[in-house]
Amino acid sequence: MPIFSYLAIPKNGAKKALCTELDALDHCEIIPAENQDVVVLVTETPDETAEEELQDSLKNLQSLQSLSLAFGCDTSEQQEK
Amino acid sequence: MKLNRRRFMKYAAASSAIATAGSLFPGISFGNWQQVTGNSGIVSWEKAPCRFCGTGCGVLVGVSDGRAVAVKGDPSCSVNKGLCCMKGYHSVQALYGADRITTARVRKNGEMVEVPISEALDLVAAKLAETREKHGKDSVAMYGSGQWTIPDGYVASKLFKGCLGTNNVEANARLCMASAVTGFMTTFGLDEPMGCYEDIDNANVFITWGNNMAEMHPVLFSRMLANRKQRADVQIIDFATRLTRTSQAADKSILFNPQTDLAVANAICYEIINNDWVNWNFVNEHVSFHKGKTNIGYGTEDHFAFTDKAEPISLDEYKTFLEDYTPEKVEKISGVPAKDIKYLASLYGDPTVKVTSFWCMGMNQHTRGTWINNLVYNIHLLVGKISTPGSGPFSLTGQPSACGTVREVGTLTHALPHGVVMNEEDRKTAARIWDVPVENIDPKPTYHTVEMFRALDRGDIRFMWIQVTNPMVTMPNLNRYRKGAEKDDRFIVVSDVYPTPTTDVADVILPAAMWIEQEGLFGNSERRTQHFDEILTPPGEAMSDTWQIIEVARRLGFEKQFPWSRDDYIGKIWEEYRLFHAGAKHEMAPYTVLKKRSGVQWPFVNGKETRWRYNPKYDPACSNGKDFDFYGKKDNRAWIWARPYEPAAESPDGEFNFWLNTGRVIEHWHTGSMTRRVPVLNNAMPSSYVELHPDDAADLGVVNGEMVKIISRRGEIQMPAQIRGRGVPARGMVFVPFFDESYLINELTLDAFCPISKQPDYKKCAVRLEKA
Ligand code: SF4
Repeated sequence: MPIFSYLAIPKNGAKKALCTELDALDHCEIIPAENQDVVVLVTETPDETAEEELQDSLKNLQSLQSLSLAFGCDTSEQQEK
Repeated sequence: MKLNRRRFMKYAAASSAIATAGSLFPGISFGNWQQVTGNSGIVSWEKAPCRFCGTGCGVLVGVSDGRAVAVKGDPSCSVNKGLCCMKGYHSVQALYGADRITTARVRKNGEMVEVPISEALDLVAAKLAETREKHGKDSVAMYGSGQWTIPDGYVASKLFKGCLGTNNVEANARLCMASAVTGFMTTFGLDEPMGCYEDIDNANVFITWGNNMAEMHPVLFSRMLANRKQRADVQIIDFATRLTRTSQAADKSILFNPQTDLAVANAICYEIINNDWVNWNFVNEHVSFHKGKTNIGYGTEDHFAFTDKAEPISLDEYKTFLEDYTPEKVEKISGVPAKDIKYLASLYGDPTVKVTSFWCMGMNQHTRGTWINNLVYNIHLLVGKISTPGSGPFSLTGQPSACGTVREVGTLTHALPHGVVMNEEDRKTAARIWDVPVENIDPKPTYHTVEMFRALDRGDIRFMWIQVTNPMVTMPNLNRYRKGAEKDDRFIVVSDVYPTPTTDVADVILPAAMWIEQEGLFGNSERRTQHFDEILTPPGEAMSDTWQIIEVARRLGFEKQFPWSRDDYIGKIWEEYRLFHAGAKHEMAPYTVLKKRSGVQWPFVNGKETRWRYNPKYDPACSNGKDFDFYGKKDNRAWIWARPYEPAAESPDGEFNFWLNTGRVIEHWHTGSMTRRVPVLNNAMPSSYVELHPDDAADLGVVNGEMVKIISRRGEIQMPAQIRGRGVPARGMVFVPFFDESYLINELTLDAFCPISKQPDYKKCAVRLEKA
């Protein structure tokens, strides 16, 4: 169950389009900044295959300028404490 | 529980990204974040101050099924207005490390054995009484912390000073804030900053004196950046001994040779006078001039004693003193170009520019820490830039309650909750409020922190109780003090939440409640008292440090002084403690007010907080009818001090040719005992390193990640090199973060201290390097 978060920066003026594109993808939740062209993206995929597919989809987004990883973990590897 | 865990990790993921965005895009806001959290089943949000630095951000802790699952910045807290840094956002994960101490342990035949906490507390009380009986009242000691809650420190002082009659109470804030205290006391006669964080929204120029605020006070730094973005006339000048993230974000970065900040500060004053930028109305009305002793030593020997003596001097004598500090002369020792010194002076000297100076450990952990605090006050006093919105010297504190618990409660050997043990009136006040005979309170201070650990090594102290701190990582010249603590006939009690090198030397370990697992109060850098409720149940037999002390006090026969019930003891203790500070100069808010608000600044007079002290527009304690009233000093003036440049206790030489500087990183709190148990923070910064200048690394023949041996006169260590990382030291200096107990850098540092404040210098000692 990999969970990642990213800072997604849209191409010029494309924040709305980026939000729409990200929203349309499976396993994605977004938190757009209110006052700047930045979107926080949180992804949670069920397995490695789904994760790879999602990565491919992210790479192909038209409105996305850059994606920087902020956090990553795999909950299946972690024991409940 | 699986669902909780995943929800928690998703929340952590979002928090991390938001924190990262906060540091990259000043002023960024994610107001709709709650929509996400609203779906996640969190049942309540409870207010608390963050516990991971002295900024004192207000946080809201999301609690679900009795477990803290999320944190967000409290929008109603004026400190951070809804923001947090990465430590704040991940703070609740520090509660849930797998090796949390939940039961008491006692050393039996060399092994630590789990016992019921009542049995451990019986043993602590019996050992304390027995040691006192056998070796005298000053053979027992309490060593606490700027992370103690205010009630923790208050009951510790009451038990040890009021009931047991020993002034052997110290706290780790001696290692971080003592020079700030003596700086304030010698210049103003009263402790703690005159201004508040609103200065950031009003200043035009910020000068950071040896202060990497981008990593150490990130939320305040981002507030500075946001102001710079919004207002055209704002700039940040970083004045430091190494390049850091603060330097990268600053408009100008100026490097100086270690210890020579003393000379540069004097040169700025020289320039201000030489150019007649002095605010004469202010100086004539509100300032007097003094000098103290010089060549005052470094305290590296046991039983070192020093008392300063203030002598008044004239303005002309002060001017003559400054003649040794022309910018050109100072350039030679400091390495700071004369033009940069003149530029700094021109900023302070321009009457149209509001300047706020910030500092923290760079100036305080300094063998002339009191002096450099005095000297920066001198600059502000000469130009009258003080106690007004946006203009002022601002000494930041490192720990969440170094101000609240150590400076205000007075958990240092010489101090009382109001005043000092040497003063008869202060002793009488304490005895009356504590309900103890005044003779109980010894008029002589005993040991400051370094000397306390020396006394433990010598055997003058035989019993030490350590709470909420990790001295077996943080004491300078650590090898000596660890050996002292390990001696056979020493009895060490440690109250903590995780195993540390300090619990390793313990004879009794008491499981402590952490942060929001107890009710408490902290006091932050800007005189703000912050209350928090017991939001979570402590695990196992963990108990608040306050209640541990009460339990032991009662076993020792002091039921009368510690009569409170476990249901409401914090409120009762607060109201008793508040009696010490009655009056317009330090009135504290009542418990009922503190419970409701996200922090209240003192003096809190007639229901109003005091934003800027000594200025009658804001401070009701001013009574002289003038535009300022420095009422802390008997002459109603702030004191300018002639303090010279004197070299460090140990400087690089032919054999040990590098400076060693130590400090922190943004990801970890102090010794990392809590933050290294937060996966996100630990993954981001898993281990310590030695930061080298790229040219020094090339000379040594090491590349990033290769092991370097660092050797001082006291110890040696091998650790990986970091070259062109987030910080770059000047040539001839290395920097090592101290958060990682696998690399005990304090085995190399020197236990020299400021003779006035007794605060050690962790920023300067001499080492040599070898490729390992
Ligand atoms: S700046 Fe300090 S108080 Fe604020 S969230 Fe970060 S660690 Fe906590």
